[in-house]
Amino acid sequence: MSEPLLSAQGLTVRFGGLVAVNNVSFDVQRGEVFTLIGPNGAGKTTVFNLISRIYQPSAGGIRFEGEDLIAQPPHAVAALGIARTFQNIELFEFASVLQNLLIGTHTHRRTNLWQDLLFTGTTRRAEIHARQKAEQVIDFLSLQRHRDSMVAGLPYGVRKVVELARALCAEPKLLLLDEPSSGLNVEETDDMAWWIQDIQRDLGITVLMVEHDMSLVSKVSDRVLAMNQGEVLALGSPDEVQAHPGVIEAYLGSTDDLSSLRRTTA
Amino acid sequence: MRYIFKTDYEQDIRIVKHGGQAFWYSLLGVFLLLSPWLLPEYLLAQLIFVLIYSVIGLGLMLLSGFTGQFSIGHAAFMGVGAYTQAVLTNAGWPFPLAFACAGGLSGIVGIVIGVPALRVKGIYLGIATLAFGFIVEEGMARWESVTGGNAGMHVKSPAMFGWTLDSNAEFYFLCLAITVGATLALLNLLRSPTGRAFVAIRDSEISAQSMGIHLARYKTVSFALSAALAGIGGALYAHKIKFLSPEQFSILQSIDLLLMVVIGGLGSVHGVFLGAIFLITMPQLIAMGKDYLPESVGQSPGLQAVVYGVVLVAFVMFEPHGLYGRWLKIRTYLQIFPFYRAGMFKRQKAFQKSDRLK
Repeated sequence: MSEPLLSAQGLTVRFGGLVAVNNVSFDVQRGEVFTLIGPNGAGKTTVFNLISRIYQPSAGGIRFEGEDLIAQPPHAVAALGIARTFQNIELFEFASVLQNLLIGTHTHRRTNLWQDLLFTGTTRRAEIHARQKAEQVIDFLSLQRHRDSMVAGLPYGVRKVVELARALCAEPKLLLLDEPSSGLNVEETDDMAWWIQDIQRDLGITVLMVEHDMSLVSKVSDRVLAMNQGEVLALGSPDEVQAHPGVIEAYLGSTDDLSSLRRTTA
Repeated sequence: MRYIFKTDYEQDIRIVKHGGQAFWYSLLGVFLLLSPWLLPEYLLAQLIFVLIYSVIGLGLMLLSGFTGQFSIGHAAFMGVGAYTQAVLTNAGWPFPLAFACAGGLSGIVGIVIGVPALRVKGIYLGIATLAFGFIVEEGMARWESVTGGNAGMHVKSPAMFGWTLDSNAEFYFLCLAITVGATLALLNLLRSPTGRAFVAIRDSEISAQSMGIHLARYKTVSFALSAALAGIGGALYAHKIKFLSPEQFSILQSIDLLLMVVIGGLGSVHGVFLGAIFLITMPQLIAMGKDYLPESVGQSPGLQAVVYGVVLVAFVMFEPHGLYGRWLKIRTYLQIFPFYRAGMFKRQKAFQKSDRLK
């Protein structure tokens, strides 16, 4: 196997006495869709926040393209080629969709403050270039209708797509999607599945996502990592993981619990 | 209703978006250029004050309206600029040099304040800047060898290369040129990556950071630019008012400045100018209205403060988008008459934000 795009080794995070993530290791290969699943509080989003350097790991390390990610400050992560979306949407509310996408291109800025203040030829050319990129993404995700709308006025489903679009504008190598289907209806979830597949196939972007909707997970994922209480339960193809007894137990409780339930109701 | 058919990226980038804007702004420009001849001396003086406060307001708007960092001590930056200008001008420096130093020194003070201020947010930042304002005011009062202390100091007219701008009209054109320059610089900033980074920090720090925006650097830049603009405005203020004393840069001045951007409309460049017009005309209106009030009310010294307070509360409650927001509503009403709905400008329910993490 070639060198993985992202490699997490022995990740551990403690918040005081609570161990949110305990000794989690996994590799994300180039070009795959890698999904983290697990019940609430399993530590999936914590893993995301470790990769985007919002949290500092108590132990363990993350390497991205062989580089030590933990040594990077949070704002440098995007420049390395990692873009993300958020579970509850963190868009720039009082800006238009286009403005939001242009902020997505920020890591590729080539002008400095003085050029911006005077709006020199360099800034003008860079602006046009950034706008071309944003338009491509708008076309890719069919956002034309909402191009100039204020985000504050958009419905939830559209915001989800705008956030995805903003992440794509950064032209990432690795895209982190935190629950892309949460709050979406069935139709919108289907669209999301198509887009994730398109992102993987057409744009060649590796996707690492956290997701609860198992139909979406099995449709798009190449590999799935199941977590519970901060620990790795199972790793493998979607079918393998879903059939894993530990995973079933984490989601549904063990058969012992069921029998104990029966006794009390009887 | 105007629909703009876009065929070119340039159309989105341009400052003047369509012919209507070009027409009205040209008209405004012609009026401003001719006003020394059109307006009586008194109104011209008021217009100069509007321009000066606009420059300071542009600075505060950049910081509060676009970067989301509130400052209740902005009069201090204005004071730093004003005193720098006064001291250097009285020492015989030519205007452009003294002016650059006034803006530059305020900017540097802005960085000095901005760096520790990065650690605090929201109301705590307000308190920190408030404290800074008091320190500077006290400093101006105590550093008598330079500032003249509470006795104040006179400021000479701006002079450059053997030319003294001592008439109202000459000084008006100087202020006009600087205001236009500052406005264009701010508009340029807002349509470029730096300005977008500011707006991103205002709306969501966490996602700005994950988009690769260096929060500390951009907040410091915003503080510095904002302070520099306040300093430039302060320098003009020094020349206009010709006599400086520390109480001109007290907390009341800071509150006036904040009032100006809030009433004008946070997050809009138009709002700065509307707010400045409001701030300058309001005392005149109150003075005119005094005669019609019962004597016990009209002659009481706190009348202006009460009116300001009431107006601010009214705006915060009924029109948080300020004068410019109100204008947008009126314009939309007229443009799409009779299809305007109440609630068209209502924001959708704010969706739950992620835990702010920090």
